[in-house]
Amino acid sequence: MKKNRTPLSLRVPEPVCRPGDKPDFSSIDVGQAGAVARPDVTATPASMRDMAFQLIRVLDDEGRAQGPWDPKLTPDQLRKGLTDMILVRTFDDRMHRAHRQGKTSFYMKCTGEEAIACAQGQVFSREDMGFPTYRQQGLLISRGYPLAAMMNQIYSNAADPIKGRQLPIMYSDKAYGFFTISGNLGTQYPQAVGWAMASAYKGDDKIAAAWIGDGATAEGDFHNALTFAAVYRAPVVLNIVNNQWAISSFMGIAGGLETTFASKAIGYGLPSLRVDGNDFLAVWAATEWAAERARSNLGATVIELFTYRAAQHSTSDDPSRYRPGDEYDHWPLGDPIQRLKQHLIALGEWDEERHAAAEKDAVEQVRAAGKEAEAIGTIGQSRPSVKTMFEDVYKEPDWRLIRQRQEVGV
Amino acid sequence: MPSMNMIQALNSALDAKMAEDPNVLSFGEDAGYFGGVFRVTDQLQQKYGLTRSFDAPIAEGGIAAAGIGMAVYGLRPVIEMQFADYIYPAYDQIVSEAAKIRYRSGGEFTVPITIRSPYGGGIFGGQTHSQSPESLFTHIAGLKVVIPSNPYDAKGLLIASIEDDDPVVFFEPKRLYNGPFDGWHDRPVSPWAGHPLADVPEGRYAEPLGKARLMREGADVTLLAYGTMVWVSLAAAEHAGVDAEVIDLRTLVPLDIDAIVESVKKTGRCVIVHEAPRTSGFGAELSALVQEHCFHHLEAPIERVTGWDTPYPHAFEWEYFPGPKRVAEAIKRAMEG
Ligand SMILES: Cc1ncc(C[n+]2csc(CCOP(=O)(O)OP(=O)(O)O)c2C)c(N)n1
Ligand SMILES: [Mg+2]
Repeated sequence: MKKNRTPLSLRVPEPVCRPGDKPDFSSIDVGQAGAVARPDVTATPASMRDMAFQLIRVLDDEGRAQGPWDPKLTPDQLRKGLTDMILVRTFDDRMHRAHRQGKTSFYMKCTGEEAIACAQGQVFSREDMGFPTYRQQGLLISRGYPLAAMMNQIYSNAADPIKGRQLPIMYSDKAYGFFTISGNLGTQYPQAVGWAMASAYKGDDKIAAAWIGDGATAEGDFHNALTFAAVYRAPVVLNIVNNQWAISSFMGIAGGLETTFASKAIGYGLPSLRVDGNDFLAVWAATEWAAERARSNLGATVIELFTYRAAQHSTSDDPSRYRPGDEYDHWPLGDPIQRLKQHLIALGEWDEERHAAAEKDAVEQVRAAGKEAEAIGTIGQSRPSVKTMFEDVYKEPDWRLIRQRQEVGV
Repeated sequence: MPSMNMIQALNSALDAKMAEDPNVLSFGEDAGYFGGVFRVTDQLQQKYGLTRSFDAPIAEGGIAAAGIGMAVYGLRPVIEMQFADYIYPAYDQIVSEAAKIRYRSGGEFTVPITIRSPYGGGIFGGQTHSQSPESLFTHIAGLKVVIPSNPYDAKGLLIASIEDDDPVVFFEPKRLYNGPFDGWHDRPVSPWAGHPLADVPEGRYAEPLGKARLMREGADVTLLAYGTMVWVSLAAAEHAGVDAEVIDLRTLVPLDIDAIVESVKKTGRCVIVHEAPRTSGFGAELSALVQEHCFHHLEAPIERVTGWDTPYPHAFEWEYFPGPKRVAEAIKRAMEG
């Protein structure tokens, strides 16, 4: 037997910075706005492999739109995007506070990632089906979903649309193209592929979209989704929201040091785009490209949305225990709200006054919704009737559920 | 002796084993640098180094499989499934592989792995942070299943599980991490501090797998429970004002059948309590065993108090959770029957 020259050693990846260290993103190459070419939607996956290693950016440091990926949105579309993002952030802040005030058992913010769901919620239609994670509240909010209904779910109160069944923020609304969120990571990803296969099978024109975090791409379900999407050329857009953290694990634990998340698609023969996730215009344009491809029966696209999880993972988490507290301030791709605001101001379509008014309006909307939901009740004060606990297990309850319900006396 | 809560006791077990055996290592989601979302592996990476306690990708099937491979090599990995509700992607590896490798290789390959997982309800975790899937594992030949109810046992049983040469699924009732929760959810909770079973020795000691713990001696009825339900059963016995014998099974596989039979023969009555749903729950197995072994001694039908046959509902935690009231009613039925 041949001996190794030196004994083997086990490698465990570590992030560049831990608490107390100076944040360092020098290893991240964000490229230039406008620098990445835009292939035709009919391009073969093999011809566009390098897209998986570049970063599609539209907004430059001065807030100007650059290059072939500029989606050329109207000022109204841009303003809607900005006010949607402001509303999402305001809602998140309010519900995060509500948790501290004991009004709910749990909350999760998407701070810093608002551009993703707010842009994509407009590109996909409500007839398409989105299979989201818990960080795509922007899909609902940008589609005008009633904020009070979201709060009713968060409070598990008598008006909770899903009857108190799920943990706060695990929304579900078919009419808004929003599939019921699962607490089990990754499961929705291959389901979206199946939904898209069904649309193709029926000869419909609907497409599916799915979201997964960088961390959850390690699950087998991620790989099942890519295999099925490629084999059956399913009309689906498979988004990877790379916010660089999975609770306390940095993206290297999910394999993000070896290659980009976008490049995982290459091995499956799928086209893949890597996008500045904090650039509303770039997210919009890349999503439009992928949706167009899916609608043209050309199959699935993987999109990595590169962003940063600015807030804690959830109300149960304290990031100061595992990463520098000021890391977000050094993150090179900035804040999606500030960047779109800067763009609109550069276009002469926005100003500080209007911005302040939009923020005030968002606070008003959230406050009004809060009043409405709290009038019904926060957690524990109000809830659906207890007998509903035994409903929807099956279409019709069998004798066991009927007897168990009687035992509870409801 | 130091007083420890269950988290500290489990941490102390890992610490003791890692200190004495370089083949023991720990990994799981957020279990390395951060020390786990419940902090059970806190400071182990800092103390033993990056390769002895580390973070794993979010891939429970991968975690189990990697652990199995290491165990086959001769290590004694302790892997963490962040919540029992997330163990299912690992089910194939645990059931088809860890459980069967010894058998299918004629004893040539073995899998001395310990699969830790926080489990059970009572924490407002909704359906994906509350489940009790023990019967999915007790049903599988080749697996051992351990569920401690207090810090002393948690440490001794975890050490025994790590030292065991077969795969052990080790469920940690997370509602008990910080105190002996008795199910009276609207009363003040008590911490472990000062509790006799929170006196946990430093260093290595093992509690044998397959031995129940008699929690309360009594003459009138036998209560069989494990995990959080041990404390609920004790509270229920008090509430019912009945001289109940309360047995903490501690390990479901192997099961201390002698302790069960001896007690039921003495009392003639039996109430079985678990949090998991009723249908095909471990209570069904216990009930069958009691009937097979104690039929002629039984003076009343065996009672089961369990979670309902529904997913765990967020808004109805305390209607779902089998609390002391429901257990006390079952005790009364058993006494009248
Ligand atoms: C199957 C499964 N395993 C573990 C968890 C626990 N968990 C919840 S969120 C999370 C981190 C997810 O990180 P990522 O996929 O990057 O998404 P992000 O939270 O960053 O949006 C973990 C480990 C879970 N919900 N489901
Ligand atoms: Mg992430």
